Amino acid sequence: MARIELNNLGHSYTPNPARDEDYALKPMQHVWEQGGAYALLGPSGCGKTTLLNIISGLLTPSQGRVLFDGKDVTSLPTEARNIAQVFQFPVVYDTMTVYENLAFPLRNRGLRGPAVDARVREIAELLDLTPDLNRRGRGLTADAKQKISLGRGLVRPDVAAILFDEPLTVIDPHLKWELRSKLKALHRALDLTMIYVTHDQTEALTFADKVVVMHDGRVLQIGRPEELFERPAHTFVGHFIGSPGMNVLPAELSGRHARVGGHTVALARGYRPISGGAAVEIGVRPEFTTLAPAGAGVPVRVRRIDDLGRLRIARVELAGLPLSATVPDGLEPAGEEASVLFEPAMIHVYADGALVEGAFLEGEAA
Amino acid sequence: MDKPVNQRAWLLVLPVLLIVAFSAIVPLMTVVNYSVQDTFGNNQFFWNGIGWYQELLDPSTDLGGRFLDALWRNLLFSALILAIEVPLGIAVALSMPRDGWRVAATLVVMALPLLIPWNVVGTIWQIFAREDIGLLGWAVNRLGIPYNYTADPLSAWVTIVAMDVWHWTSLVALLCYAGLRSIPDAFYQAARIDGASRWAIFRNIQLPKMHRVLLIAVLLRFMDSFMIYTEPFVVTGGGPGNSTTFVSIDLVKLALGQFDLGKAAALSIVYNLIILAVCWVFYTVMTRMDAQRD
Repeated sequence: MARIELNNLGHSYTPNPARDEDYALKPMQHVWEQGGAYALLGPSGCGKTTLLNIISGLLTPSQGRVLFDGKDVTSLPTEARNIAQVFQFPVVYDTMTVYENLAFPLRNRGLRGPAVDARVREIAELLDLTPDLNRRGRGLTADAKQKISLGRGLVRPDVAAILFDEPLTVIDPHLKWELRSKLKALHRALDLTMIYVTHDQTEALTFADKVVVMHDGRVLQIGRPEELFERPAHTFVGHFIGSPGMNVLPAELSGRHARVGGHTVALARGYRPISGGAAVEIGVRPEFTTLAPAGAGVPVRVRRIDDLGRLRIARVELAGLPLSATVPDGLEPAGEEASVLFEPAMIHVYADGALVEGAFLEGEAA
Repeated sequence: MDKPVNQRAWLLVLPVLLIVAFSAIVPLMTVVNYSVQDTFGNNQFFWNGIGWYQELLDPSTDLGGRFLDALWRNLLFSALILAIEVPLGIAVALSMPRDGWRVAATLVVMALPLLIPWNVVGTIWQIFAREDIGLLGWAVNRLGIPYNYTADPLSAWVTIVAMDVWHWTSLVALLCYAGLRSIPDAFYQAARIDGASRWAIFRNIQLPKMHRVLLIAVLLRFMDSFMIYTEPFVVTGGGPGNSTTFVSIDLVKLALGQFDLGKAAALSIVYNLIILAVCWVFYTVMTRMDAQRD
């Protein structure tokens, strides 16, 4: 069992971090529940591998504490934590057979005899490795090797959490799906906490119950995939998740209306005036932005229509600002002149990138 | 598909053939020619057939006995060198730094002995080990251990082996280090998570990765130590007595000291064949072991 608590945890590769930029991982406070499947999602260099290595104990954080079920493990070495990690490149001990590979972590912990044998066969069965048990690791395919790496984690009865560091990078695309569904099935079957690092949003959204979006050493949002999609807590989350990403437009707010490039857009919620000179923007996903004939909504100029197969996306300009909009079935835009309609409930307001909570104002119809 | 045939292509190969002929085949054939004749002054040659070879391979003759003794010394020397330099080289490679400025510094220091000319190495050790003015020889004697490489065969052997270890261990270490550097960090991290001991990491990760470079290191060190000439010649000149007379030293005594060109030529060819044969055995055994591991 492992409920992972990050207590004021931060890491810097420089000895005396003074400014924010000195931190590879800015101080954070989070709790990850036992049995959850979490994905750490973010672009390369955002600190997700650093965070993962701190949890597994390969790296000691420069400040803060890591707690497993309330027990401080910050200074414990990796092998003393009940945790396993699967790396980007499959690690298989070449000279050993698959069986010996799986038995290795148990034998290192002093286990011998039938207990080892039973456990190894059980895990091999779980991972469909039984036919390969007597083969050497060297000649196996990348996906089989990755399963062995995972198996060496699962085989230990003490393991409560498994960490994955971009484990599908070197796997062939058609096997990625298979391996990912295998991981999901294992997660359901074994009641383990799984933390999965990736920069691929499809992988993160399909694998995880909760996605942790990271950028520049900071956790921007932790949420279910649909929360990230419908209510991004930060414009970066909006950009990063979804394809194409969220439309973000500089705006001026007045109560239940936003003014964008000289046009007025209705909002579903009311907002108090935002003070302090913060940059105010509205964000709305292309899925909630619909292209319409000229005159029906906010006027735009159509630049290009991309046919993505299952939907068409219009690249348009609203008063010179680029925007993506869904082209509804049956609409054939003619010429450059068109307009877009926004779904008011799906328009979010951001100040300096961060989501601003609005309120349904009483006495007014939505 | 028809391949175009043009006999003029032979002309393009001709320069290489000429170079190889003059650098290797002609000199080798000259040696073969000497080895079947007896030579005297005034360029007089008498046909001897395989007489020198028969004498050389028969331990009861003077020449054969001399050759066999030198050959045993050579084999003992090579065995000692491999037994010391390979484990020591691995140990040094394992303790070399993995990153930072110290890598460059270590590599330079390690490469230094390899850059010193062989007879200079011999001269350094000849002086270093002298009991009267050499630091090593003087210190060992002051410790109460009798040590004199000019009079005592054991001292002479210790000196020559120590010199070779000093000179060539860094080659083994550098080769092993190259093998170690090719191991991704993930392997060490995975091993830590698997709870592997230091020995298990060495046995299951590091040694398999060094396997191929070790094959090369063993081959190179065997060949070089089996052909050793310059350093013992400078330090001991083959003595005391004949106790450090290796085959190559004997060969030079025979050819240039006694001017027995026929005997020396026969000895050269047999010596050459032994080295080729032993290398072939080494290589075949080790590549086969490698193949079996798959």
